[in-house]
Amino acid sequence: MTRPVAELTNVSRIYRMGQNKVVALDDFSFSFGRGEYWAIMGSSGSGKSTLLNILGCIDRATTGSYRVDGEETSELDDDDLSDLRSRRIGFIFQSYNLIQQLNVLENIQVPLFYQDDPPEDGPERARALAERVGLSGRLDHRPRELSGGQQQRVAIARALINDPAMILADEATGNLDTKTAGEILELFDELHAEGKSILLVTHEPEVGERAQSVLRLRDGRIDTVQEGRQAGA
Amino acid sequence: MTEGIFVRTVRLGVRSLLLHKLRSALTTLGVLFGVSSVVAMLAIGEGASAEAQEQIRRLGSQNVILRSVKPPEDAVSNQETRVISYGITRADLARVEATIPGLRRVVPLRELPEEVRNGDRVSRPRVIATIPAYLEATGRVLGSGRWISEVDEVRTTNVCVLGYEVARQLFPFANPLGERVKIGADYFTVVGTLLPRVRLDSDPAEAGSESTGEVFISLSTGQKWFGEMLVKQRAGSREMEEVQLHEMIIEVDRAEDVPFVAAACRTMLAREHDQRDYEVVVPLELLMRAEETKRIFNIVLGSIAGISLLVGGIGIMNVMLATVTERTREIGIRRALGAKRRHIVVQFLVECVVLSVGGGLLGIALGIAIPLGVEHWADMRTVVTIQAPLLAFGISAGIGVIFGLYPAWRAANMDPVEALRHE
Repeated sequence: MTRPVAELTNVSRIYRMGQNKVVALDDFSFSFGRGEYWAIMGSSGSGKSTLLNILGCIDRATTGSYRVDGEETSELDDDDLSDLRSRRIGFIFQSYNLIQQLNVLENIQVPLFYQDDPPEDGPERARALAERVGLSGRLDHRPRELSGGQQQRVAIARALINDPAMILADEATGNLDTKTAGEILELFDELHAEGKSILLVTHEPEVGERAQSVLRLRDGRIDTVQEGRQAGA
Repeated sequence: MTEGIFVRTVRLGVRSLLLHKLRSALTTLGVLFGVSSVVAMLAIGEGASAEAQEQIRRLGSQNVILRSVKPPEDAVSNQETRVISYGITRADLARVEATIPGLRRVVPLRELPEEVRNGDRVSRPRVIATIPAYLEATGRVLGSGRWISEVDEVRTTNVCVLGYEVARQLFPFANPLGERVKIGADYFTVVGTLLPRVRLDSDPAEAGSESTGEVFISLSTGQKWFGEMLVKQRAGSREMEEVQLHEMIIEVDRAEDVPFVAAACRTMLAREHDQRDYEVVVPLELLMRAEETKRIFNIVLGSIAGISLLVGGIGIMNVMLATVTERTREIGIRRALGAKRRHIVVQFLVECVVLSVGGGLLGIALGIAIPLGVEHWADMRTVVTIQAPLLAFGISAGIGVIFGLYPAWRAANMDPVEALRHE
């Protein structure tokens, strides 16, 4: 196996709620390999959202080490983490989280907006990705003019604009009907087939089924690991 | 994507503002009125002070003017006779000329309460009896004919010079030169007329003088025909006043000597007069007082305008704080997608500055329009300096930055995880 795309070593995340300490991740160690497609599952409160936030560098481990693509994050300051998010990580959310005042083409380019030297070919890339997710006819539409499935396609294109090291999807199909969810999952399968690393948080077993491997959490610790199934149906 | 992050951020800010057009427009109103009041008030204040200074300058900044003032009634009412004697005397004139050095000329004058007639046409101007030097000392300009001469003074000839208004009033269709007018009971030949004064309105010291007009005769002629006794008709009663000189214009050689001459005059008059039947007018002092008044005026206006700008700024801050809360989710998304704290700060600051500068520019336009309107409708002079709009513009931009900082800081320091969870 090549260098892991995300590597957590003895990571703990402890929230303080007044007097109480809530341990969301408890001495957690795991490696996600490059090009792998993982479903992260668990009941609510199992720590899967916390894990995703840490993986996405929008939250920090209280203790322990987390490396993205070999780069240690615990030493980075807020600016460096932001930079890392914009270059290495593609986020896909349950509620799409598009920016309402921007059209499809602009939404796809938002991560480029914050790079210090954005690539010249941003609009071309965005157009190509829109075509890739099947939205080439709606480039100047606003998010509220699109269906849920279309919005999630925009979000996927946005996640791909920087050719990130990994794609983090948080209940990406949770708001979609079964048919649309299936289309989105097919898109993930295609991305995986192209060699992208995908980490998908879900509580729906049928979604987890689609992934190559499944990591189950319970009480902030690893419950079970199922590795290496054949991707796709 | 070739344009810089700054241009992109400004465009983004403008678009966000345009999403809420009404709210943005209302928010700019605070700054708009603040800035327009700064510009307008400065223009009106500047105009008023320019006006005052011009009037004072017309009195002559190198002059010291002594005026006779009728003492208060109670000071004279217990006198047996109804003849009230007061004011500056010829002795004062002689004393000033003899004792105070550094004077260019001293011009005494008397005012006679006489009617001036040309046939049926009657005018009630100030009839001023004075010496030839008056013309030069007051800077008046001859329009036609000649001025009162030394010869008139020595021979007490019955000649007069008409002010512009009086000439028009008595001789509306004719050239008054060579004609005769009746002043009081005597006939005088018109030998000259004056040009009107430039800008004549609202001089408090000689209010209405221009509408009533002026007629000039020589001092000695006035003395000869009208004496020293002035008879004033009042409702039912007669009042006799004895005034030797109504005014004495003292022109000082060098401007820096004006304060000393004024002080010398005051001391001298205080010693010689046992009642306060005179006043000493020093245009230079008035000028300095006008400057001081202007300074205070500016401070007061500045404070008021400052408060309105402060209110405008707080309005912007208020709206921006609401906007930040409303857009918490957007902030979370942007942070998750790689926006640094400073990007968020700049984004919200830009919106504040666009609001305040937009309000500022409109305010400048309104602030220039108001003085124009005032000038047109209220017939007041206003002066829009270049500095005022620049100052106002700088202030409005500053307001955007200062009052935008806190909301922007709040936005930037949100926890991305929390912000994303915000509904």
